[in-house]
Amino acid sequence: MNLSKTLKNGFLILVACSVLTACATKKSSEKMGQLQGDVYTGSDSVKYLASGVPDRVFFATNEIVLTTASRETLRKQATWLRKNSDINVVLEGHADERGTREYNLALGERRANSAKDYLMTYGISSDRISVLSYGKEKPIDSGSNPLAWSKNRRSVTVKAN
Amino acid sequence: MLFRYLFILLILLPIKAFALIEVDITRGNLNPLPVAVSPLDIDKNSKDNFKKILKKENLGVEISTIVENNLKQSGLFNPLNKEAFLQEPDIANLKPRFEDWNLIKAQALVTGKVTFIDEKLRVEFRLWDVLAGKEMMALAFTTVPSNWRRVGHIITDKVYERLTGEKGYFDTRIIYISEEGPKTNRIKKLAIMDQDGFNNKFLTLGNELVLTPRFSPTNQMVTYLSYFRNLPRVYLLDIETGMQEVVGDFPGMTFAPRFSPDGKKIIMSFAKDGNSDIYTMNLENRIVERISNHPSIDTSPSYSPDGKYITFNSDRSGYQQIYVMSSNGKNVKRISFGNGLYGTPVWSPRGDLIAFTKLHKGKFYIGVMRTDGTGERLLTENFYQEAPSWSPNGRILIFYRETKTNSKGEGFSAKLWSIDLTGYNEKMVETETDASDPSWSSLLSN
Repeated sequence: MNLSKTLKNGFLILVACSVLTACATKKSSEKMGQLQGDVYTGSDSVKYLASGVPDRVFFATNEIVLTTASRETLRKQATWLRKNSDINVVLEGHADERGTREYNLALGERRANSAKDYLMTYGISSDRISVLSYGKEKPIDSGSNPLAWSKNRRSVTVKAN
Repeated sequence: MLFRYLFILLILLPIKAFALIEVDITRGNLNPLPVAVSPLDIDKNSKDNFKKILKKENLGVEISTIVENNLKQSGLFNPLNKEAFLQEPDIANLKPRFEDWNLIKAQALVTGKVTFIDEKLRVEFRLWDVLAGKEMMALAFTTVPSNWRRVGHIITDKVYERLTGEKGYFDTRIIYISEEGPKTNRIKKLAIMDQDGFNNKFLTLGNELVLTPRFSPTNQMVTYLSYFRNLPRVYLLDIETGMQEVVGDFPGMTFAPRFSPDGKKIIMSFAKDGNSDIYTMNLENRIVERISNHPSIDTSPSYSPDGKYITFNSDRSGYQQIYVMSSNGKNVKRISFGNGLYGTPVWSPRGDLIAFTKLHKGKFYIGVMRTDGTGERLLTENFYQEAPSWSPNGRILIFYRETKTNSKGEGFSAKLWSIDLTGYNEKMVETETDASDPSWSSLLSN
């Protein structure tokens, strides 16, 4: 009895907190909506290789795992690449600024290869894909905040010819 | 071209054996030693000649100013205001009136003389212990006039060594990356300057991205990463001739290069198919050896000064941590166990410490630990800083720091900073442009 009461009170407090938080962050809620976990899900900075084929995928901090959305993007890229068999691509891997330069070069290479591997499972020959890591050297967003960093953790598919 | 001058060093008088004043550099020095650097005496004829050649009004004053600035920058010495000096430079150099120097609280005194002889610059200097009323050291150098700044640095090295018992670090250079332009589109050039920021020179034009230059222990070569033709590869550059070449023939990105302590090998990472491992290439016979073999990221390798061990960072534990292994890649042992991520380990030239970058709770730290991972000490905390490089005497770390941008993404800058091993004397190193990735040379004259 006592316990459930405590829990109930605790729950009420939690609800009150979340309402307050929601109020406090209303202004930035639009921006917050562009992150899932800390993976960027918005469309800022995204370009298109063809109609409906986004050119980039985003990663969580220190991660190389492709999200569901990233896999969907890469499947679209694979379909487009199959249709355009004369086109080769460079996958440019990037990291955010919150890491040491050399480690980030390796991380960018890993991210681009993560995307490459996925394209290959959809039948794109490795001969058509090259990989280039820029580490933290070419941020797309100059901000020093989690949203900017999430946009910078990316692998961008660029036409090579 | 930097090394074409023949440097002649003559020892005039033997160094006297008894130690008089001493500066303890193992602790933070909150009471820098008061020292008087008298302007070096110069005769009229020499003055006029140097004025003609070097466009310097009074070379004696110029050289003593270099010494003064160096001593001040070290944080261990407090050079006294020249206006308080009671004795003229020429007489002081012959025989100081110690009571006059004592009066202005000088404990050490540097005097000297500059002359123009046979188209050459001759500098003699003396170091005096004011309290004991004794000469501690006397040396003379002869060199080409254009070497005048180096003379100032060498004098400082001698004074520093005599008073601290440790080698100096003033006759040295820093190679670094000069940065310009907006954060999203930086132009980066390889640049080199004297340790005090003078004689800055750009070694590349900025057409391609360049990163992480490192000096060879022999000083004539530099290894760095260049994105020439969009192929990130480790290069070797001869500063003297400007000749450069790709190191090895790798089918992918090579990065994070450093020299072995004997200058004969380059150790670096090679990334392929999402895996970075450590390799060496012997510069004499071009033989490439794989040192680490692990599916994780292994990078930022650095040799111990005896060449027997390599420290590097790896994320094989799940996160970036520091490891030590034998130079053949065997006996890999993790040494960083504190909270947070650890990277960029660099072995001290003295062999006893490893400097590193640590990322913990959104802050970046430069710190040191013993080579077995014990005794971790964080020297400085900031929004972003990394890539420490040791002064040749292992007493100072130089690194770079980047600023946090404002809400509009503006206000980015990158600067070089230095800090003593004691955690004291943290200061920005002035550069013409923004700067990152500093690497400290060893002493140019030994």
